[in-house]
Amino acid sequence: MQYRSSTPEFDRTIEGFHTGEHLVNARRQADARKLDDVLIVDVDCHHYETDNFAEIIEYIEDPVIKQGAVNTFAYKGSAAILMDQPGYQDIGGRVSRYLERKHEKIPKTANPREVEQTLRWMNALSVDYACLFPTPMLFMGLHPQAEVEVAMARAYNRWLTDNVLPSNPRLRSMLYLPFNDPEATYQMVKEYGHKPGVIGFMVVSTRYKPVYDNAFMKTYALLEELGLPLSFHASYNWNDQLVSMTNRFITAHAVGFTFFNAVHCANWIVNGLPERFPKLKVIWIESGLAWIPWLMQRLDNDYRMRTSEAPALKKLPSEYMRDMFYTTQPMEMVNNHEALELTFKMINADTQLLYSSDYPHWDMDLPSTIWDLPFLSEKSKRNILGLNAKRIFNLDVSDRFPDAKGKSDGMVDTFKQQVTPA
Amino acid sequence: MTEIFVARSADLPEGARNTVEYEGRQIGVVRAKDKLHAFLNICPHQGGPVCDGLLIHRVEEIIAPDKTYQGMRFSETDLHIVCPWHGWEFNIETGKCAGDGKHGLKRFKTVERDGAVYVVV
Repeated sequence: MQYRSSTPEFDRTIEGFHTGEHLVNARRQADARKLDDVLIVDVDCHHYETDNFAEIIEYIEDPVIKQGAVNTFAYKGSAAILMDQPGYQDIGGRVSRYLERKHEKIPKTANPREVEQTLRWMNALSVDYACLFPTPMLFMGLHPQAEVEVAMARAYNRWLTDNVLPSNPRLRSMLYLPFNDPEATYQMVKEYGHKPGVIGFMVVSTRYKPVYDNAFMKTYALLEELGLPLSFHASYNWNDQLVSMTNRFITAHAVGFTFFNAVHCANWIVNGLPERFPKLKVIWIESGLAWIPWLMQRLDNDYRMRTSEAPALKKLPSEYMRDMFYTTQPMEMVNNHEALELTFKMINADTQLLYSSDYPHWDMDLPSTIWDLPFLSEKSKRNILGLNAKRIFNLDVSDRFPDAKGKSDGMVDTFKQQVTPA
Repeated sequence: MTEIFVARSADLPEGARNTVEYEGRQIGVVRAKDKLHAFLNICPHQGGPVCDGLLIHRVEEIIAPDKTYQGMRFSETDLHIVCPWHGWEFNIETGKCAGDGKHGLKRFKTVERDGAVYVVV
């Protein structure tokens, strides 16, 4: 692959990319820390469904949408049906794997190429189980045609559960929900909730559909009944009226990836959804951690004055937030460890925090970002890296850790534990 | 002090790099701006293979005398090496992180003689 630099003398050609070689330093880190002995569950990582797009659009059920998508794909590629956003997440080629991974040589098998490609990086990072999400589809919540989001979600989920998840027990997913259509969202949970490898469902938070809409209540009730977590995965919309004022991707990302999750989380609590669905496990993904103490403090402060506007609440907003779950990445590695330590305390990280890498994206975090934190006990590190996920997803990890079969990990039941008010 | 052979000089022209192993660690040697630069191939951020990254000049803003923004350009002097994992940039001559000078790459001395390049460890 040819990478253009600032001047031709520094243009670079890279051939023969191999994920395992790209991540050889990650493997060394894992060896030095003996991470192969630690259960690591990556709750947020990605593949590029566009690598198999011709195959996936054949799974579209609606004959009209499918006919149009197939013909348009022939000259327009995946933009035939997917939304895109401006910006260059690879920082103009500086993060080289964006281009390289697309051309990585993967031996042909009956499985889609991402199965082997995903296992390569999982092995390098010492990840035992990975919750795989799509990438370009993360903008589908912005598609003006709700029926197109539904068609793509159904096609992708069927393709994933037919071809990827059955291929290896280490690969799992929280399936994409076409949240702009509440009825289709409900049907998706009903239809796919019991499929092998499905460990929950995911809403891309970048959309303009409020979570308190009555139309979603039967879906939340069903998820609660099935014991499957509902996650909200951050993304960004540079064309959002507020975010459109930012003129660099760094700003659109820093603000945009927290903004939608913060709004949905605030709506979730203020409308008393934790009281209506006390056993529903809710996970907030890829907004980092710094926004959580911010929202806790803002909501608690307002709630004490405006209690009448959130009459369903029986405790402080921050206490509900402490019952929720959060993924680690992109963890703000501030120079002041005290700030990070306080954040961990405020969110009950020991039971509520779930490691995520977001690999292969540009701001991915290795397991060492948790393992090397000086203020965590080894037990806490193990909880965050894998045991919390094992508990909330009810994962059987005996294929990776045969000795763990039937044994309790000694974790606290988050829904019964006493939490200290802010 | 040990000298480790890196490459024949002719095989390491401007903009080229090579990596050598020493006691289980990789050291990357780059020729840029007519000088040799050797760094431990571990980014201080998360440990990425920084010496495998793109060489690219620092991006700077063009601000007019009236303080208005007039665009961006590449520096004509400051060259960076970029970690391919996350994009952390380092000044090739100082090894310092462009975004946070408290972080930097571990540097090694280099020797070039008789048409060959060595790194000193």
